[in-house]
Amino acid sequence: MIEIKNLHATVDGKEILKGIDLTINPGEVHAIMGPNGSGKSTLSYVLAGRDGYEITEGSVSFFGKDLLEMEPEERAAAGLFLAFQYPVEIPGVANTTFLKSALNAIRKQRGEPELDAMQFLKLVREKTKALNMTDEMLKRAVNVGFSGGEKKRNETLQMAVLQPKFAILDETDSGLDIDALKIVAEGVNALRSPERSMLVITHYQRLLDYIVPDHVHVLAFGKIQRSGGKELALELEKNGYAEFGVNEAA
Amino acid sequence: MASTTLTAPAPRGYDPAAAKPFLEQFDRVKDGLPGAGLSWLNELRSQGQARFAALGLPTVKNESWRYTNLRALDKLTFQPAAETGEAVRFDVLPTVRADGATGPRLVFVDGRFRAELSSTTGLPAGVELLNLADALTRKPDLVAEHLGRIAAPDDRTLVALNTAFLADGPVLHVPRGVTVDETIELVFVSVGSEAQPTAFHPRGLIVAEAESHAVIVEHHVGLGSCTTLSNGVTEVFVGEGASVHHYKVQREHAESFHLSHTAAKVAGKGVYDNFILTIGAKLSRNEVNSVLDGEEGDTHVSGAYMVRGGQHVDTTTFIDHAKPCCTSREVYKGVIDDQARAVFQGKIIVRPDAQKTDGYQQNRALLLSDTAEIDAKPELEIYADDVKCSHGATVGELDDDQLFYLRARGIDKAEARGLLIGAFLSEALEEIAEESVRDAFQSYVADWQNVR
Repeated sequence: MIEIKNLHATVDGKEILKGIDLTINPGEVHAIMGPNGSGKSTLSYVLAGRDGYEITEGSVSFFGKDLLEMEPEERAAAGLFLAFQYPVEIPGVANTTFLKSALNAIRKQRGEPELDAMQFLKLVREKTKALNMTDEMLKRAVNVGFSGGEKKRNETLQMAVLQPKFAILDETDSGLDIDALKIVAEGVNALRSPERSMLVITHYQRLLDYIVPDHVHVLAFGKIQRSGGKELALELEKNGYAEFGVNEAA
Repeated sequence: MASTTLTAPAPRGYDPAAAKPFLEQFDRVKDGLPGAGLSWLNELRSQGQARFAALGLPTVKNESWRYTNLRALDKLTFQPAAETGEAVRFDVLPTVRADGATGPRLVFVDGRFRAELSSTTGLPAGVELLNLADALTRKPDLVAEHLGRIAAPDDRTLVALNTAFLADGPVLHVPRGVTVDETIELVFVSVGSEAQPTAFHPRGLIVAEAESHAVIVEHHVGLGSCTTLSNGVTEVFVGEGASVHHYKVQREHAESFHLSHTAAKVAGKGVYDNFILTIGAKLSRNEVNSVLDGEEGDTHVSGAYMVRGGQHVDTTTFIDHAKPCCTSREVYKGVIDDQARAVFQGKIIVRPDAQKTDGYQQNRALLLSDTAEIDAKPELEIYADDVKCSHGATVGELDDDQLFYLRARGIDKAEARGLLIGAFLSEALEEIAEESVRDAFQSYVADWQNVR
């Protein structure tokens, strides 16, 4: 599904990613764990196509296509989804308008018919209910006045509506209490399927109790230092990142 | 350097020489102007003529015209609008009404009333809606009592010019206690002439007696591409406890100059609500003056503008808190693209008597290109001590994080920009209380975006 090879990326001339290799097959859930500053968020932004990152080496193939050549909206249409660590507030744009524009933009790029207002409303109501969200949250401007938990639920709602093939969850657990975390994790787990893959990016093991990964990778200093099964997460929880030369005590 | 002429020096900030072509025309047309037999009107026009002759056009040395240069007008010789007769045909006139719906409407082409396109059906008994030229014959007392009382001929030079030439325009009189349910539409079409640049000076008068209510929408549109100058003045009297909602959309074509001055006087507990959407014209300036002249009056002076290419839009407002316990609210938002330029000058004055004033002013501009420009000058003059007054001005660009967020969800760049621009302007459009007007204005905003 996605094949990352020797990916190097710099920001303002500083190298952040120093050769990432990662292959994710359909249906797999991978977790990337790493300390602050290890390059986790850079990786997610580079994959989603945000400006400001220079790819100096390497390649990313997504369903056989060169992902790095695509515009962010083309990546979304191809099935890539980034659940933001800090969802962006957009005053003046209603959440429903945003969701409908997004869904229809993706359907259009894929050559599928756009949904009319009624069809869309039916779909979104169903998804909202499953995530324990209210209609009122749909009417509000995108993420404006949302609590941390509401923002993350809103990201999950977008994922449920857009039905991506590959979702990157960037620090989805940050800023969530345990109840909010459970709701979001349930929403994410409901989307797990043999055709859909996920990359869960997190600092802490806690999230992985609820979204259980098939593979765990440790990212530090811009490189994957070690890969293993889900038990690797537990090991990190116990021992921290010290064995990778990271001093988090400061 | 010593002056070698013996004539009085020109007042600073004005160019009296620029008055010359207009004054020559005035001498030619004055005897044929409507109501030329009315002595009070002749007197009013003479005052306007004399004032304009002394001042001419304002220059950028004039503090109020620092950012808007009228030199382009100087280079053109405008002629008064000729009769267009039936030559001009319209397939569709702009309206905020639903498809096929009709209602009270006055239509003016190059400043002249067009009866066959106008209608007064749907108005409650006692409400007068007619054109000024007719009103001078049919309602001379009403006109004499109000015309030139708020927008005085000896005050601003462009008001003086308008007063000299005043001939036609809308007149509305709503009697005491009457509510006009139907929105009144005033349609101004600029056509001009291939032969020469054309000027017209529409003059409006709105009188809402105590406890009356009316909603008015002005449409200013252009047909063709001849150079035109519209120099309009409207006076609005809002009686005790009355409310006037006055909305305007200006969508003139790229060769037109649009200057307008609206002056309102609000009696106690009265409400004057003004909103202007500017999309068109090469150069436009909207002056809105609202005087809160009785206790517990309320005025809203808001608007939105969208300009591109080489357009210039100037919004100059003046809110005068003359009496205690009044509120004013001003929300202006604009989008500026290409080399276009916007000017916002918003002055609020709180007179010594005007205790318990609550004033709010906000103006925000969004620059879409590196060459777009805004000059903003908010001014607060407060002479009372128990006052709540705030103002804010911001200039910004589209937010990269918001753009990326939308694009990451599959929305292409153009649509994402459109959504953000629409969202930015919607905050101003929400100031429009009437839903049908708000929806129509929203659609004009959307049309502007689609032209890209």
